[in-house]
Amino acid sequence: MQLDTDFMTRHIPDFVHAAGLSLSIGGIAILLSLSVACIYSAILFFQVPILKGFVRAHVEVARNTPLLIQLFFLYYGLPSIGIKLSSMTVVFIAMTFLGGGYFTEVFRSGLDAVTKTQAESGLALGLSRMQLFRYVIMPQAFRISIPALFANFIFLLKETTIVSAVAVPELLYTTTSYISLYYKTYEMLLMMTICYLIIFLPLSFLLSCIERRYQYGTHGH
Amino acid sequence: MERTGIDLLIHSLPELGKGVVQTVLISLYTIIFSLAGGIMFGALRTSRLWWLRFLTRSYLELFRSIPILVWLFFFFFGLPIFFGINVPAFTSAVLVLSLWGISEIGEVVRGALQSLPKGQTEAGKSIGLNTFQLFRYVLLPQAVRRMIPPTISVFTRIIMTSSLTVLVGVTEMIKSGQQVIERNYTYGHAAIIIYGALFVFYFLICYPLSAYSRRLERRWTQ
Repeated sequence: MQLDTDFMTRHIPDFVHAAGLSLSIGGIAILLSLSVACIYSAILFFQVPILKGFVRAHVEVARNTPLLIQLFFLYYGLPSIGIKLSSMTVVFIAMTFLGGGYFTEVFRSGLDAVTKTQAESGLALGLSRMQLFRYVIMPQAFRISIPALFANFIFLLKETTIVSAVAVPELLYTTTSYISLYYKTYEMLLMMTICYLIIFLPLSFLLSCIERRYQYGTHGH
Repeated sequence: MERTGIDLLIHSLPELGKGVVQTVLISLYTIIFSLAGGIMFGALRTSRLWWLRFLTRSYLELFRSIPILVWLFFFFFGLPIFFGINVPAFTSAVLVLSLWGISEIGEVVRGALQSLPKGQTEAGKSIGLNTFQLFRYVLLPQAVRRMIPPTISVFTRIIMTSSLTVLVGVTEMIKSGQQVIERNYTYGHAAIIIYGALFVFYFLICYPLSAYSRRLERRWTQ
């Protein structure tokens, strides 16, 4: 097996560019999902009547359907009733739909994990519901949520590979289209793997560190 | 002849059904292999031998770091040229999903085993059990309860992830949906009806599982 290293070095800029696109899609999707999840958690916490049901339904649908079918529905399904969206719009809608659902679930279990006595003592002190949420519950819930939240960031970043299915030129799409253009299968697969390892290995180790640190604080081992 | 969306859906149900069966088959094989492999993998992760921990940790990081779709493409493009073997798409899909599932279920098993009090291991050893007996009769039976809810949610993730295999040419749910759409291209709304139906199908398969997992978790953590 002879690696065409010349070919590989020539295409490094393309891969850097594609990796940049993957990361920015992931980053923007994470920010959008976080804002959705914050609003949703507030709705769940304050038990807003009708909206509460909507949030629950969204979370369940997002968590129980694959991203690929969400993408296909938006990208191939909607045009048949006259709604045409660009592939980038579709990607951000679908990823925010997915991420919003997952992040809300993370925040919800964080909120649940704060002991009842905290809320009771807050109310006994005469805090309003708003103050209780802002100064007592949220800071604690957020701390509890951090490891799971970080794991979900990585999850959403990895889901960006799936958007290659609607022709967004991120890392995987770039690789497969180069393979079919130049037949340099080994080289391209190698480059892609290196890119993903550079992005995700440090994140994965960081996640393990965060998990260990926060576990240390919660369980009394 | 004017056809309504309901007509189209009813006519294409047998074909969609075949796709659903394929998705369920891929998921079932994957679940069986992942469960068998994952229990062993999780037990190995708690080993005291450093090289064994290193090997299993590397395997885990490899499958945690590289997205599953990349692995699918790797096997799809890589196996024929690296090893000169042509594996049917279905088999390589099950292979990749199982390798990934082993790492996922392995982590669940490891977490459950390590959450048991140390005294259990010590007591087992002090009455002369060997490592296998310790796992078989002391640790695993106790860990099972903590394992089951998260394992079921891994199952739903396996089912959802199996949708990706359509991108490497496996004929599962989405593929059979695409075939129906192509055949009914004269019918304008086919795409939204079929993709909408697939959306609902996935939800109907996965939601009961994840609701069950949550119920077990709530009941058992009290």
